[in-house]
Amino acid sequence: MKRFATLFTALDQTTKTTVKTAALTAYFEDAPDRDKLWTIALLSGRRPKRTVNASRLSEWAAELAGLPMWLFKASYDVVGDLAETIHLVLPDPAQTADRSLSDWIDMIRGLSAEEEPARKAAILQAWDQLAGTERFVFNKLITGGFRVGVSQKLMTRALSRATDIEEAELAHRLMGDWAPGTTTFAGLITAPDPEAALSRPYPFCLAYGVEGDPSDLGPPEDWLAEWKWDGIRGQLILRGGQHFLWSRGEELMTDRFPEFARARDFLPDGTVLDGEVLVWDAEAQRPRNFNALQARIGRKTVPKKLLAEAPVILRAYDLLEEDGEDLRALPFADRRARLEKMLDGIAPQAPVALSPVVDFADWSDLAPIRADARAAAAEGLMLKRAASPYHVGRKKGDWWKWKLDPLSIDAVMIYAQAGHGRRANLYTDFTFAVWKGNELVPFTKAYSGLTDAEFNKITYWVRRNTLERFGPVRRVPPEHVFEIGFEGIQKSTRHKSGVALRFPRMLRWRPDKPVQEANTHDDLLAMLDQYG
Amino acid sequence: MVLEFRDEGIFCPAGGFHIDPWRPVDRALVTHGHADHAYPGHRRYLTSAAAAPVMRHRLGDITIETMEFGETRDINGVTVSFHPAGHVPGSAQVRVEHKGEVWVASGDYKTTPDGLSETFAPVRCHAFITECTFGLPVFDWKPEAVLAAEINAWWQANAAEGRVSAIGAYSLGKAQRLLTMVDSGLGPILTHAAVENTNDVLRGQGLTLPETVRVTPETDPKMHPGALLIAPPSALDGRWARRFGPMSSAFASGWMALRGVRRRRATERGFVVSDHADWKGLNAAIAETGATRIFATHGYTATFRQWLESQGYDAQIVQTEFGDELVDDEDAA
Ligand SMILES: [Zn+2]
Ligand SMILES: [Zn+2]
Repeated sequence: MKRFATLFTALDQTTKTTVKTAALTAYFEDAPDRDKLWTIALLSGRRPKRTVNASRLSEWAAELAGLPMWLFKASYDVVGDLAETIHLVLPDPAQTADRSLSDWIDMIRGLSAEEEPARKAAILQAWDQLAGTERFVFNKLITGGFRVGVSQKLMTRALSRATDIEEAELAHRLMGDWAPGTTTFAGLITAPDPEAALSRPYPFCLAYGVEGDPSDLGPPEDWLAEWKWDGIRGQLILRGGQHFLWSRGEELMTDRFPEFARARDFLPDGTVLDGEVLVWDAEAQRPRNFNALQARIGRKTVPKKLLAEAPVILRAYDLLEEDGEDLRALPFADRRARLEKMLDGIAPQAPVALSPVVDFADWSDLAPIRADARAAAAEGLMLKRAASPYHVGRKKGDWWKWKLDPLSIDAVMIYAQAGHGRRANLYTDFTFAVWKGNELVPFTKAYSGLTDAEFNKITYWVRRNTLERFGPVRRVPPEHVFEIGFEGIQKSTRHKSGVALRFPRMLRWRPDKPVQEANTHDDLLAMLDQYG
Repeated sequence: MVLEFRDEGIFCPAGGFHIDPWRPVDRALVTHGHADHAYPGHRRYLTSAAAAPVMRHRLGDITIETMEFGETRDINGVTVSFHPAGHVPGSAQVRVEHKGEVWVASGDYKTTPDGLSETFAPVRCHAFITECTFGLPVFDWKPEAVLAAEINAWWQANAAEGRVSAIGAYSLGKAQRLLTMVDSGLGPILTHAAVENTNDVLRGQGLTLPETVRVTPETDPKMHPGALLIAPPSALDGRWARRFGPMSSAFASGWMALRGVRRRRATERGFVVSDHADWKGLNAAIAETGATRIFATHGYTATFRQWLESQGYDAQIVQTEFGDELVDDEDAA
């Protein structure tokens, strides 16, 4: 565990990617294979399942530290992270142990078969054997929350340096539903098993947001435009008579969306499509808004009624594999042509449809089209270079998203609450209200969008202008106006204001704006009418 | 009440004086020179002798009287004295006695010795006004020697790789504390003017600090390879620091105990070095006063009060304008 804790510290305490890559490469060069495999798993989000529940852990830690539970909880509230809170309150260990990362993970995984007293004994013993960062990392592993600031890309690069296997090839081998418990480092990395490749998705090609004006991208004839849908990015794989649907977060969603089983009736085997999963309104021939999809996302198994009410389709915009052949190196225009040919005349009851290109001759044509995106049930446009290959991950230059500006409203801050973790010592979580006559009606909370300097300034003000305290929440005088941005608005019976916002955040602090000039509840309802 | 809590600060009605007031008053007893305690504009100041030079340096032409630690003075029938708080050089707790009732206002304090500030001395009292900046059990400071070893190892490693080591530290207290912790044999120590001005004042009153080099516009960083640079955090973020080329930056503060806060600073390293008492320090200090009434200010007051009540104290929260500790740097103001 020492070696891994040292790696963790090195990765955690720097923001420089060169330093991170060097630390990881060195680790991959000399750690034992099983530790390497688990490290890859952890850094790609394949964490061991939580085997002890959080409240038990909290109780045991509080007991060992001699703290009442409420005080432990108050501390947790400030620290914002259970593993770290436990680590900070526990007394120093009295013993030592020299066990490897995979050894400790085996121990943690073994706990699920144990009765509670045995689990407790094992955890207390571990706490008494692990010092410093090792104990923190161990806690992260038992709470299932291990995370460190290393992108998959960076890890792949380091692994590529340590193994001399090409980065793109490694990225592909690391995709899909492999699990560290059922494979080996050799089976995954150095001598991969062809059987496992059947369900394996390709790494998604990701876009950056357009900066400035799209006309800077060059001649318009080099580009294709598409609608940017507000659904779930998905990769549909038809191979070996089976089908698999993957999310961008590499989650297998096949069972969640049973509609796609029928794709096999309409499309040939050896096909991989990239597109957007959307709830489809067959009558209106357009996607329903994201709220409809939300109902489906939450369900592991789908009741018949919901399946009828909110059926999904994949609007496909790229063809990555045809007849079992990897097409990713072809120019986008060619892949697109093959895709159109494949989906041409596909039956309307098929769960796959073509996502159309948006025609334009000149960049100036495109701005008004984008401005109308909401009418097309889209959230903006995608711009893709016709000659570009399908890249691995995020690469600047060939794929751009040109989203609509968010909806926005000017609101008054009325409550403030301290943040957690990174911002534990700042007031960052605010409740906002709009005017209804002379009354301020709260309608949303937001906690992001300001700079640290602005949060500092507001914290200073909140501390001096608290009217009332309710636990961690402080009521403050209605003196500050903020521009709140959001992606969508819907009716809500749970909220006093009658609306709920999607992705609310602070766009700007408006010290220039008098409180009286903040928006009204009627303005909100008008937005609900228009966009809800 | 021997001391009252008013809009302008802590007030002694019998003695007619204030302690660390934040609005201009006639007579102010001031615990130490940090800006959230030593405000400008009072008619008369009374401080510990060791705190006065810095106070003059920062507030300019003020009328100031001083007392040695432990010396008593009668103000309108109220007996006052200063006692070491261990926070920064010269920092004091103020003891106020009226008709046999003793109150102590702690100012900011740290219970463990640091080889620089006069060591915290517990004072018996009936009522104790305590800060609780780090009043949560997650704050548990490591021994001075362990911290010093961490900082020195970091400096040495950077020097070996040809990088300057830059530590952001508040110019009064934290900067000098770091100077006493580091091994000055490892290389030259460069200081920002704000830090060096305070060094000059403290050296002038007899404190021993290692040799330092004041950074001026003429300073050529190449002449000081492998140097340690001590500067206010804001200076390290700005243009001033760029001339030093590749450097590893660190920040020294009690807040660095929290990973989240550490990561927000975006410095390479965070050293958990604080001028304030940790959880155990606060609890030990309060127990040693023998006080039954505790007023908590400056920090996690609500939680800390609840804890004190559960320990059998009569505890209350008081609002003060001390401590922008919640706002990032430990002594931001
Ligand atoms: Zn202070
Ligand atoms: Zn203070």
